[in-house]
This record gives sequence, structure tokens and C-alpha cells, in this order.
Amino acid sequence: MTLCINGADYPMPNDPRTTLLDHMREKLNLTGTKKGCDHGQCGACTVLVDGKRVLSCLQLAQTVRGDVTTIEGLSKNDTLHPMQAAFLEHDAYQCGFCTPGQIMSAVACVSEGHAGSDAEIADWMSGNLCRCAAYPQIRAAIASVAQAEAEG
Amino acid sequence: MHNFDFVKPGTVADAAAALQGDEAQPLGGGQTLIPTMKQRLAAPETLVSLIGIAEMQGVCKTDAGELSIGGATTHATVEAEAASLFPGLAGLAGRIGDPAVRNRGTIGGSLANNDPAACYPAAALATGATIRTDKREIAADDYFQGMFTTALDEGEIIVEVRMPIPEKSNYQKFLQPASRFALTGVFVAKYADGVRVAVTGASEEGVFRWTEAEQALGSNFAADAISGLSVSADGMINDLHGTPEYRAHLVKVLTGRAVMAAA
Ligand SMILES: Cc1cc2nc3c(=O)[nH]c(=O)nc-3n(C[C@H](O)[C@H](O)[C@H](O)COP(=O)(O)OP(=O)(O)OC[C@H]3O[C@@H](n4cnc5c(N)ncnc54)[C@H](O)[C@@H]3O)c2cc1C
Ligand code: FES
Ligand code: FES
Repeated sequence: MTLCINGADYPMPNDPRTTLLDHMREKLNLTGTKKGCDHGQCGACTVLVDGKRVLSCLQLAQTVRGDVTTIEGLSKNDTLHPMQAAFLEHDAYQCGFCTPGQIMSAVACVSEGHAGSDAEIADWMSGNLCRCAAYPQIRAAIASVAQAEAEG
Repeated sequence: MHNFDFVKPGTVADAAAALQGDEAQPLGGGQTLIPTMKQRLAAPETLVSLIGIAEMQGVCKTDAGELSIGGATTHATVEAEAASLFPGLAGLAGRIGDPAVRNRGTIGGSLANNDPAACYPAAALATGATIRTDKREIAADDYFQGMFTTALDEGEIIVEVRMPIPEKSNYQKFLQPASRFALTGVFVAKYADGVRVAVTGASEEGVFRWTEAEQALGSNFAADAISGLSVSADGMINDLHGTPEYRAHLVKVLTGRAVMAAA
């Protein structure tokens, strides 16, 4: 059994207790995904599995079925993903600790079609907390990506 | 987290066999159990994952006009697949927690846990659902036995939940803004032969039916019908988010809103 993360195959942990988050951070040198609370409360550990957001702190690695995408997998060579570029453009962070989780959640928020208004974005981003309270800038970054996509 | 043997069966029969052992526990989406194990408040010796069991997945309508939901179906799947068949339930599922929780958390896990502020218990009780386990069928009226307590035996698996589809229904949830659980929530279900109203997040005994409102709404399904009723604050939850009186007040307000929004 292997884990597919950002298009590459990695070994599964032997210990069934290991969460996807701990496995990536401690064993696979994929430290972009952050551990905030480790209890499903903050969203810092959000990754995509087959394009759907999940909390990697609450998922045992051995139960992962599907392709995992983390913050490390978004950019293509030296070109940032549009959501990463929008976060830079809109100053959508201060300390940056929540940012990888915010960006992964934001990518799904747009692809799900849940970025139609400021209120809708706030609702569908409610699982991602930001202690620096960059919320208005985060919502603005997401709205700009959604708008750019709508305009093709 | 204490260590455990991890079993990932593909059938209910294999899961039931694995759960025979001492200190064996099922794992649904893990959105409640994994944090509990991290806190060492649960320490199963064998953990039996249910999410790979095909017969416990998905939503469909039965010949008897019930909505059948597999016990390992996620909230996000119920939100999508029940949308046209039973919009009141889809609306409830789509407002549980946040999107990441909804992509993993399951109806079986929610009903087995019976958190006093959880959403699904209100739908199960208001529809008079049948909870089918690997051993028997349990009526919702007998299933909920106080907060975090149910009729389930140790290791018993919720395989399927069947809910009679109402003519009209709606769930109103007053968000506890930090956790996004229900500070109080009310599910109203209107059937040809009567109305059922179930309340979560309010009572120290967990989910309960507000029978006076059921009677009043049974003869007149309009928000006005309950205007003369009042809810006692006795036995309501008291915490920093709301007093018993506040929750009692919310029960009535939310019931009225659910009747007005019922579809
Ligand atoms: C941030 C956050 C917000 C949340 N907000 C809400 C909310 O607003 N409303 C709400 O209702 N819930 C909320 N929840 C809880 C969420 O819905 C959980 O998914 C649910 O309570 C448990 O489901 P699970 O599949 O994750 O179960 P698990 O965590 O895997 O298991 C929970 C319990 O149920 C048992 N179990 C699991 N599946 C079965 C089964 N099929 N048969 C028998 N026993 C089983 C387990 O042994 C365990 O005891 C929230 C959770 C989080 C982390
Ligand atoms: S670290 Fe996973 S939700 Fe906080
Ligand atoms: S930028 Fe600091 S927590 Fe969000």
C-alpha cells in the first residue's frame, strides 16, 4: 500500500495510529501542511483528497483512499497557483500559519462553486480559523480568483 | 493515542465479527472518535473501520416511501443525494460543522455518539426513523436515551437509517458560533397523519419531542398555532453560550421559523 501525494508515491506508515498530518510532517518532509489544534477545530491541516477538503489531523493515514494534494502540490514549477498569487496580491495573511490550510480550502471553495458572494465565501470557509483575523483579505483573494475564473 | 489493531472489513458481517472482541469499537469518519482517542478518553484495542463497506454507503428511496441512508454515508453525500427527495434533511446535513467535517463525518457516527447538540438526532426523532443495526431494528422513539446514551449495545453497528419522507419539513439551527454545533436546533416534519417536532441542543437529556407543539401544529400547520405555547426552562442546558431560559425561548422561535420555512 502506498500513498499518492502531489502525484508522487510515498510509503504508508506501519503504525495505524499515525494521522495523515503527522506522517507527512514527520516522515515525508512535507511540512507545508500545518498543525494548529490537532483536534479538528482550526482547519490549519486542510488538504484535498480527490479534490475534496479534509482535515489531515483527523484522518488516519491508513484510511486514505484517493490522491492527496497539499500546498506543496499547487504551484507548477515556478508558477504559483492562482489562489497562491491572489493571497499575495491581497495580503491575505499576517503570520502565515493558517495560510496553507486557508489556501487549500479556498481552492476547493472555488471549485465547488461556493464563492458566489462574500457571505457564501464566509460560510464555506468557516472551518478555517485565522488568529491574525485576515478574514476580509482572505475573502477578497477568493472572490478575485472566482471572478477571474468566471470571466474565463 | 494508545495503540490498537486496525481492521478494515469490506462487509457488515466481517465488521460484526471483528467487533465481537473485548474493547473493539467501530470507526466512522473519525471526526469525533479520533480526537477522543488523542485525549485518551477512548482507547479501543481493536478499531474497525466502516467506511470501506459498500452496503453501508449511499442514499435511496425505498418502495415504502422512506429515505434509506447507509450508516457510513457522509454528511456531504446526504446533502447532495437527498436534495430532491427530502430537502429538509439535505439542508440539515449541509449545515453540520464545516465542509471538511461534512466530507468525512457519517450519519451512523453522529447517531451513535448522540451528542446533545448534534443535528442528526433531531431529524431521526422528528421523522420517527428506524435505525437498523447488524442485529435488529430500533425505533427512534426508543433509541435516544439521554445525552451520549443510546439503545446500542457495545460493538453494535448502525447499518442503515430509514426515515419516512415527510410532506414538508425543515431544520432550524441556531449556531453556536465557535463550534458551529447547534446552540439549539429544531426539526419539524409534517406527515399526512400528524406533525412531529424534535429539539436538539437544548435539554440536558439530549434530543426530545415537543409534543404540545406537535398537537397544535397537527390541527393547524402555521407558526401562529404555537404562539400561545411556552417551553419550560427546567432541565435545559446552562452554559456560557446560553441560559436555560434563553434555550427555552429559542425552541419556540426556531419551531415557528421551521414551520414557515417547511418545504
Ligand atoms: C469542527 C467540528 C464541527 C462539528 N459540527 C457539528 C454540527 O454542527 N452538528 C453535528 O451534528 N455534528 C457536528 N460535528 C460532529 C460530526 O458530525 C461527526 O462527524 C459525528 O458526530 C461523528 O461521526 P463520525 O462518522 O466522524 O464518527 P466517528 O468519530 O468515527 O465515531 C463516533 C462514535 O460513533 C461510533 N460509530 C461510528 N460509526 C458507527 C456506526 N455506523 N455504527 C455504530 N457506531 C458507530 C464510534 O465507535 C464512536 O463511538 C462536528 C465535528 C467537528 C470536528
Ligand atoms: S490541526 Fe487539524 S483542524 Fe486544527
Ligand atoms: S495569518 Fe496568522 S493565523 Fe492566519
